[in-house]
Amino acid sequence: MNKVMSNKWMITLYILPALLLLLILIYIPLVLSAYYGLMEWDGIGNMKFIGVGNFITAIQDMKFWSSVYHSFLLALFSALSLLAYLGISLILASNIKGSDILRKIYLIPMLLSSVAIAQLWIKVYNPTNGLLNSFLMAIGIDNPPAWLAEPSIVLYAIFIPILWQYAGFYILIYYAALKNIPESLVEAARIDGASPWQVAFKIKLPLIKGVFKVTIVLAIVGSLKYFDLIYVMTGGGPNGASEVMASYMYKVAFRSYDFGYGSAIGFLLLVITLIVTFIVRKLTVSDEKELQY
Amino acid sequence: MRRLGYVVLYVILIIIAIVQIFPLIWLFLFSLKDNQQIFAKSPFSLPDHPHWENYLKAWQGNIGTYFFNSIWISAVAIVLTVLFASMATFAITRMKWKLSKLVLGLFMVGLMIPLHSALIPLFKLYLSVNLIDNPTSVFLSYTAFHLPVTMMILLGFYYTLPKEIEEAAIMDGCSVNLLFVRIILPMTTSVLATTVIINMIYNWNEFVFVNTFISSDKYKTLTVGIQNFVGQYQTDWGPIGATLMISIVPIIILYIFFSNKIVEGMSSSAIKG
Repeated sequence: MNKVMSNKWMITLYILPALLLLLILIYIPLVLSAYYGLMEWDGIGNMKFIGVGNFITAIQDMKFWSSVYHSFLLALFSALSLLAYLGISLILASNIKGSDILRKIYLIPMLLSSVAIAQLWIKVYNPTNGLLNSFLMAIGIDNPPAWLAEPSIVLYAIFIPILWQYAGFYILIYYAALKNIPESLVEAARIDGASPWQVAFKIKLPLIKGVFKVTIVLAIVGSLKYFDLIYVMTGGGPNGASEVMASYMYKVAFRSYDFGYGSAIGFLLLVITLIVTFIVRKLTVSDEKELQY
Repeated sequence: MRRLGYVVLYVILIIIAIVQIFPLIWLFLFSLKDNQQIFAKSPFSLPDHPHWENYLKAWQGNIGTYFFNSIWISAVAIVLTVLFASMATFAITRMKWKLSKLVLGLFMVGLMIPLHSALIPLFKLYLSVNLIDNPTSVFLSYTAFHLPVTMMILLGFYYTLPKEIEEAAIMDGCSVNLLFVRIILPMTTSVLATTVIINMIYNWNEFVFVNTFISSDKYKTLTVGIQNFVGQYQTDWGPIGATLMISIVPIIILYIFFSNKIVEGMSSSAIKG
């Protein structure tokens, strides 16, 4: 038995296809992005080594920092929205009839492509004929804003479809976690005279703390990677007001053909994501050994 | 009092449900209208008669080609992803070797990595082996980037498979390959179905790789094709709506038939256990 299942050839045969793809198409490119960041390169011609020039440019580039700021703002919004999702899940999981179908309806936007969602919401936000402004004008608001053309509100306007898209996903996760709580625990608390609020805050929420922490990491790291929706809805505009790290990197590389600088930004995106992941993990891990989810 | 509270909560839940699907219903409505109705009448009005010609127009505008490409590129990537992920999960959870924990860690860290950081080097790699504007670059990328999440879904299931079965099989002289193909894979069909469906959704919706690696119309998939189409028809809302509907409907149909699998896959792709 042991001999058969520890045969080196067999192990290599089974792990190699996946491992090679992982290394060649993910890990090596990640390392190379740091290396290409040291080059001046238009994507087609020869590379020229210029040292850390691109990284210094990034540090002094206000457009880069504003894209970092926007990414972090979206991460903050996403983390805060988890509280709303959690609230909805608490209601949904408290023996509501039809909770199964409701939760499945909530999930629908999550299954659609970000491109389709972006195109749909461009129409929703259309200043004159869109769903939103038609509604606002119908209830008597005369000059509703052109949501995606207004630098001061565009980032919030973009966050609404994100909120809409991910709602079902997080509700699903919290709902599953809440349903995992043994009924006997909740019942015992009720018999001891605990109110529904006390049951929710003293019993249910502490029991799903582990899951909540995982979702915080997911939401924050996920937000730092946002691209499709923003690229399609605004292309980072107007005037950079909705530019995020990934969209800025894409623009520098594939629109301005500055692949060296684009690689440098891509590498900084990786470093920032890893640092944030590390910090959020550290902050959300407590002393006691948590349930491993 | 209790009853009233219950009703209020119910109303909140139902309003959220309406918010979640209303934009899609609105999309369906305007995909059946002509511009005159869209611009002159209330957005909440029903179409005077369904303008199915919008769908015809969309289909003629290359959407057929994009649709077909989405299907076959997704399918190839799904086969590769699910096969390689199953093999790797099998090697990691059932075979005995020193580095298995480390290799598993490499795959799991892959869940966190922003693909944009790898995009330019990937572009250069494909350029140097002549795979730019070739669908191979797209399905290889889909496979590599979806291996981690597929393995995450498979892992929980593999850990619960009883050891006795493979012990008995090996005792009877069964080879590793036979054990994997004849015994392990059939035992995992239910979780395999979940990974297939989840990958189907991911691949169908993917945008960046196609947008970056593919330039010929004949290889583009729906997500990128929609972008082209919208660019051409700018103010013609009906056909744009029809195009979006064509890209959404297959996923909705999938959801109607496999909602339990999708719900299961979505939650286990995020959280172990």
